[in-house]
Amino acid sequence: MNPGVISVAYLIAGVLFIRSLGGLSKQETAKDGNLYGMVGMALAVVVTAIMWSSGAGAGSRSGLALLGGAVLIGTLIGSGLARRVEMTGMPELVAVLHSFVGLAAVLVGLSSYLSMHEGALLPAEREVHLVEIWVGIAVGALTFTGSIIAWAKLKGSISGKPLLLPGRHLLNAVIAIAIVGLAVPFVRASAPSGTLFVLLMTAIAGGLGIHLVMAIGGADMPVVVSLLNSYSGWAAASAGFVLANDLLIVTGALVGASGTILSIIMCRAMNRSILSVVFGGFGTGDSKSSAAPATGEVHELKAGEVAERLTAAKSVIIVPGYGMAVARAQQAVNELTRILRDKGVKVQFAIHPVAGRLPGHMNVLLAEAGVPYDIVHEMDEINHEFSTTDVVLVIGANDVVNPGALDDPGSPIYGMPVLEVWKSKLVVVFKRGMAAGYAGVENPLFFHDNCRMLFGDAKKSMDALVTATRE
Amino acid sequence: MRVVQPFPAYPPASMRIGIPKETLAGERRVAATPESTKKLRDLGFEVAIERGAGEASGYLDDAYVAAGAELVTGEGEDAAFAADVVLKVRPPTPIEIARLHERSIVVSLMQPERDPELEGHLVARKVTAIALERIPRVTRAQKMDVLSSMANLAGYRAVIEAAAHLPGFFGPQVTAAGSSPPAKVLIIGAGVAGLASIAAARALGADVRAFDTRAAAREQVESLGAKFLEVEMTESGEGGGGYAKLMSPEFIAAEMALFRAQAAEVDVIITTALVPGAKAPTLVPRDVVEALRRGSVVVDLAAEQGGNCELTVPGEVVDHRGVKILGFTDLTSRMANVASRLFATNLVHLITDMTGKAGAAAFKVDLDDEVVRPAVLVFEGEKLPPPPRKEPTPPKKPPVKSIKPPPPEAKATQQKIMSPARRAWGTTGVGLVVIAGVFVMGRFAPQEFTQHFTVFVLACFVGWQVIWSVSPSLHTPLMSVTNAISGIIVVGGMLQIGADAGVASLLGAFAVLLATINISGGFLVTQRMLRMFRRDPDAAPKSSGHVSHAKGHAKGGAR
Repeated sequence: MNPGVISVAYLIAGVLFIRSLGGLSKQETAKDGNLYGMVGMALAVVVTAIMWSSGAGAGSRSGLALLGGAVLIGTLIGSGLARRVEMTGMPELVAVLHSFVGLAAVLVGLSSYLSMHEGALLPAEREVHLVEIWVGIAVGALTFTGSIIAWAKLKGSISGKPLLLPGRHLLNAVIAIAIVGLAVPFVRASAPSGTLFVLLMTAIAGGLGIHLVMAIGGADMPVVVSLLNSYSGWAAASAGFVLANDLLIVTGALVGASGTILSIIMCRAMNRSILSVVFGGFGTGDSKSSAAPATGEVHELKAGEVAERLTAAKSVIIVPGYGMAVARAQQAVNELTRILRDKGVKVQFAIHPVAGRLPGHMNVLLAEAGVPYDIVHEMDEINHEFSTTDVVLVIGANDVVNPGALDDPGSPIYGMPVLEVWKSKLVVVFKRGMAAGYAGVENPLFFHDNCRMLFGDAKKSMDALVTATRE
Repeated sequence: MRVVQPFPAYPPASMRIGIPKETLAGERRVAATPESTKKLRDLGFEVAIERGAGEASGYLDDAYVAAGAELVTGEGEDAAFAADVVLKVRPPTPIEIARLHERSIVVSLMQPERDPELEGHLVARKVTAIALERIPRVTRAQKMDVLSSMANLAGYRAVIEAAAHLPGFFGPQVTAAGSSPPAKVLIIGAGVAGLASIAAARALGADVRAFDTRAAAREQVESLGAKFLEVEMTESGEGGGGYAKLMSPEFIAAEMALFRAQAAEVDVIITTALVPGAKAPTLVPRDVVEALRRGSVVVDLAAEQGGNCELTVPGEVVDHRGVKILGFTDLTSRMANVASRLFATNLVHLITDMTGKAGAAAFKVDLDDEVVRPAVLVFEGEKLPPPPRKEPTPPKKPPVKSIKPPPPEAKATQQKIMSPARRAWGTTGVGLVVIAGVFVMGRFAPQEFTQHFTVFVLACFVGWQVIWSVSPSLHTPLMSVTNAISGIIVVGGMLQIGADAGVASLLGAFAVLLATINISGGFLVTQRMLRMFRRDPDAAPKSSGHVSHAKGHAKGGAR
């Protein structure tokens, strides 16, 4: 096939990808956006396949079988995963998909190194090409192992507590220097003989990925997932450099930018600098003095009483957190919302940017349960409304409604923007017990005069509340 | 159909409330309506109303009788004034005081500042007198605050009178015969009356600006869509109880200059500045009136208290060089029906408060009650010393809570990291280094690499621009879509599958496998998620589910 035609096809695919991401800016256009992405991908794959069949794989049965088999199996696994995953499990799926991109980048790098024709290149080109391979493999390996650890942490197979090795910053620095240093003998060696260096470096980079993510606490998981998202993009882009393929470069850059922006948004929402997240240590223990211990009396309320307050209220705001997802209470929350709305109560949802384990996680869970998206608001949109709200229900959220973040300089989360629920007339907190949130910080909210606790499993409490409200 | 309860349905009561007809010329209000009569009866009082008392307000005698009142004459043993408690609107005259029984209670506006002899008469008659205007403006007493309810009416009516006297439109008009701009209205004093005026003038479409010495008024003024005027001076005019205090001479001079400048522009001035218990301040002197255009209107809501305008004549319309100055003192009487209703409701609330739960028999003037005490002018024939005044209370001090506002550093911590200047230098420095590095690279790197690099950098910027506009609620779908499209690495894998089944080919095939998982998984899960997002179906209630039904959703929810 004519290289010009291929370039144009890639150009169109790139534009479609950009439109795909652009489509996600609004709910109305999001589905179209996804469709653009699919069309772009199909175009790119088909064109590449045609090019391949007339080039590298021309007339090769075994090559065709290999390619066809890989595509078939991959599609089956992917669609199976997509169909079966529960929305509470989205963070894990996203993390594992990141790891695939990372691994694929490593494989592409290795493969392209092994099939490299030394003689065909000028010395400068050769060096640049080898460095490209080196970088591509390093980023890919880092993404791969980091994502695997993130996946295990999200799944709960590994404790969410940060692993803090002594002198970990030094360790990171040594590893980074080692990666750079090993590049020198690699570039000097002629093509396949440098394989050993590459494999060694892959292992080291993989170790760095493990170490980096192990050091990050559970509360920072949304940031880590978005960071890995961006790494996966950079990995794809570096593979593009290796293969001199502009479409890969463009797509990788888009994904990389997307992940970076998400990380920035998450960091801002936690008032943390991105560097401190990347190098870990947040989550527990590392924070200096803990907040002034909040004291006072905690008032309890029963479901029946909460129901009375809810039906008598004019406006209600519900603040969901990861606890709601864990307890799978979102269906009951939707049920309650529907009943209250039928009774003429204005119900809204307030979502903190870092609620859940993935950016936008709560929105997806609520959407799955059937909550219409136009009553679900972001923190900035709704924070001013709390002062005119009668009842706020806090379901499985803790740190994101902690007033200490605003007024207690000793608190580890001081300075983090939070949902100002305490300004409403009544706050009801659904909680299993008096444990602290992920950040390990006491919450003075619970001792406020207008705060009431509804202890117990969020799902059970919610069901009881639904029953009581219906009457 | 309403069942008319005949009067004897109520048990004989020990307390009798009398409602006399107002005697002041031009006063059309009355202190009780049939509705409030019914409430007083329910509380356990007997109600005696003077014949024709409500007529000027549009409430007929029959309606009072139907509500359980007894009709009485103006004079004599059973007269309204002979009751245990007498409710009135205007201060009682000496003649009326003479008709009161000893030890009875009279409740009305008193305004002893205007009639120094009033208290003497009340003392002589040995009655208890409650001055409605002295009920403190605390939250509990809001519902008894006749001043606010009357001021609200007066503020509204002032705008209506101004509009009636203005020889032009209030709101903007566009007609085939030409258009006219909205009238410009200046409202001085943004208290209850002022705010009511602003709202009414805005509703008529006028261009409204307002002035008040209290900074707290700004927000209220702006919330009603008016412009808040300021003098270039900082002095808080916050007095007690929602009134402004007297300002310094410098401030007043600055204020006058502002009004003079405004007078050249505006068509209507409405003044609402009152100082409790004193003559109203003069805010619109002769020269300000003369600066107004011919045909302009000044409405002086303080006419009764001496007027905010120098040229005001209480109760009259003065025409000064083509400018009309309305000094009406009966603005509320001009809306007597609703005014009486609000006034009567305020009184019912006061009586209810003084009665307590035990009923009419428990009615008494409780000198320990923080709402009643300041309003008691004369108690059983004795002039009470002014109450231990809590006022002036600092205006609207929010209840002390455990929440402190964040200290000023709070914001600083948020942005801190580096001082702006240092950060700017830092950014510039890093930027210069990066640019220099790119130039070096461009000089030595092969051209093909430079081309790819160009594409890469441009794509980064495109991505940066596009992604910021993504709605936060779609961040999870965004991640899964980027997962899918980063599967584009499949292209790389495909190109590595060679003709032979060597290691390179196998690695390539494995990469293809992984990438396809990403592509199919990413797109499909995104599609599944996006299908869940739905708009508010509004009034379309779904088939109601039970809690047991909801359980099944966890699995079936995806459909």
